[in-house]
Amino acid sequence: MVSQPKALTTLFKTAGFYALVIIVMLPTLFVFYWMITLSLKPQIEAAGYPPSFFRFTVTFKGYQEVFAKYPFVLYIWNSLVVAVGSTVLGLAIGLPAAYSIAHWRQGGLALVVLAARIIPGISYLIPWYILFRNLRMVDTYQALILTHLVVGLPIIIWVMIGFFEDIPPELRDAALIDGCSYYGAFLRVAVPLVKPGIVATSILSFIFSWNNFLFSVILAGRNTRTLPIAVFNMIGYEEINWGPLAAAATLITLPVILLTLIIQRHIVTGLTFGAVKG
Amino acid sequence: MANRTSEVPLSAAETPVGIGVRLSRSAHRNARFIFPAPAAITVALIIVYPVFYTGWMSLQEWFASSLTPPKFIAFANYQNILTGDPRFRDAFFRTLYFTFLAVSVETVLGVGMAVLFNREFWGRGLARTLSILPMMATPTAIALVFVMMYHPTLGVMNYLVSLVGLAPFKWTYSSQTALYALALVDVWEWTPLIMLIALAGLAALPKEPYESALIDGASGLQSFWHITLPLLRPTIIVAILFRSIDALKTFDIIFVMTQGGPSNASETINILLFTQAFSYFSMGYASSMAVALFAIVMGASLILMKVRRVGW
Repeated sequence: MVSQPKALTTLFKTAGFYALVIIVMLPTLFVFYWMITLSLKPQIEAAGYPPSFFRFTVTFKGYQEVFAKYPFVLYIWNSLVVAVGSTVLGLAIGLPAAYSIAHWRQGGLALVVLAARIIPGISYLIPWYILFRNLRMVDTYQALILTHLVVGLPIIIWVMIGFFEDIPPELRDAALIDGCSYYGAFLRVAVPLVKPGIVATSILSFIFSWNNFLFSVILAGRNTRTLPIAVFNMIGYEEINWGPLAAAATLITLPVILLTLIIQRHIVTGLTFGAVKG
Repeated sequence: MANRTSEVPLSAAETPVGIGVRLSRSAHRNARFIFPAPAAITVALIIVYPVFYTGWMSLQEWFASSLTPPKFIAFANYQNILTGDPRFRDAFFRTLYFTFLAVSVETVLGVGMAVLFNREFWGRGLARTLSILPMMATPTAIALVFVMMYHPTLGVMNYLVSLVGLAPFKWTYSSQTALYALALVDVWEWTPLIMLIALAGLAALPKEPYESALIDGASGLQSFWHITLPLLRPTIIVAILFRSIDALKTFDIIFVMTQGGPSNASETINILLFTQAFSYFSMGYASSMAVALFAIVMGASLILMKVRRVGW
């Protein structure tokens, strides 16, 4: 007699809990849902009032327009070149530095790199703009890759310090005693051991470069315009022609979402510079 | 401990050796300087040099012209910022207000979400994964979606508002609501970060206080107020400061959605300084604002370092 109401209460509590989880998730999911559905709606329905949430005609006209009206393939290519370029360069420079900071406790360098995360990005932008203008390097991949390093390199270094520190010292010393130089120990012992970390930081660095707006809006030009800048410019042209706008937004966001799903465990560590372990 | 490893000889041979071997030995001995050298040079070039250049430029008057060189005016730019420019003063307080608004809402929601997602339930992994997507998604794209959602007559937000029975807003299209509408986007984007940090903190909490509270007959809400919150305080402070540092520097969403408007209603320091530098080409004045913004963010960061030491 007592057990039945109790089971019912548990049921209600569980249902209430799940309802709460769904309510909490709703705003997050809705924005993405709205972006994707807008990109698939014909113009009349995209800008129709009241808006249609579930029943609408599916069309790919928005996507076709994006590629027909704008050199969107070039924008994707530009974003890829800059993001991959700054990530690869960041790894080449950052991995030895992270190894060295973890190994020889070089706190000073680590702090300078941390400062880069704190200093407002815009304080670099004025000198860079003047410098690259004088060197006639505005609107080049080199300028964009170098400046995007400011976002990627600190993340690579700080996240990788943690990974290198986790290598058991016996393993590291064994390689040295066996006659390996530090370079051999680094390349043949340390780097293979931190491969998961390298994958995670590469993806983080790639995403931050891919998302970067501030540096590219000044330093990219007609030939090197990256996706965020291209989309920003589209707003003015398209006004309320929402199909192509939503299609462009979806095209930029999709790769980032896929990559985020791969590395979600490492995201807190990356965003908080190792202050919080995920 | 670290020194011990550096004394391990590369090879035991003491016989005279060729230049190649000597070079590689010296490379081995100096490895601690060679490994970080590329990073140190890069950081010096792309981070340290620009920062000092900005400091020097902030003492000049220069309109980015190659014909007239920068003119040294000492601290006149700073004097202007501090006393003579109401637009900067407004932007300063607006920046602080925006940060306060966004971060306080994010903290309450983020800690709440963390407590919710800390429980074991079916689908927790999926819920956590989905909830971090907003902070990774390209801000420009998200801003664009909100531009469409905020449209006063055709946007979905006013439809949703009307369902609740409220009168429609003008969101980013009115100077009265623009800053709030932007803060809402920031809340949407960045609440997950507070949640993630708080979740990491919750996972590290001891179990014993809860067990004794349960024995003493404390309710769930009571143990949240008297055990969880006090224990989580250091973590929450770190989360707040991480968020504040970034919120003070918010640029993308404001620039894409309002560019500081309507009628400067959402012009934060970052936006004003961008306009000064790249629309008016007033490089010296913009640089002094960059230094001011740097000082504000640094102040917040120093508190962070004090509260919880990062690194060593």
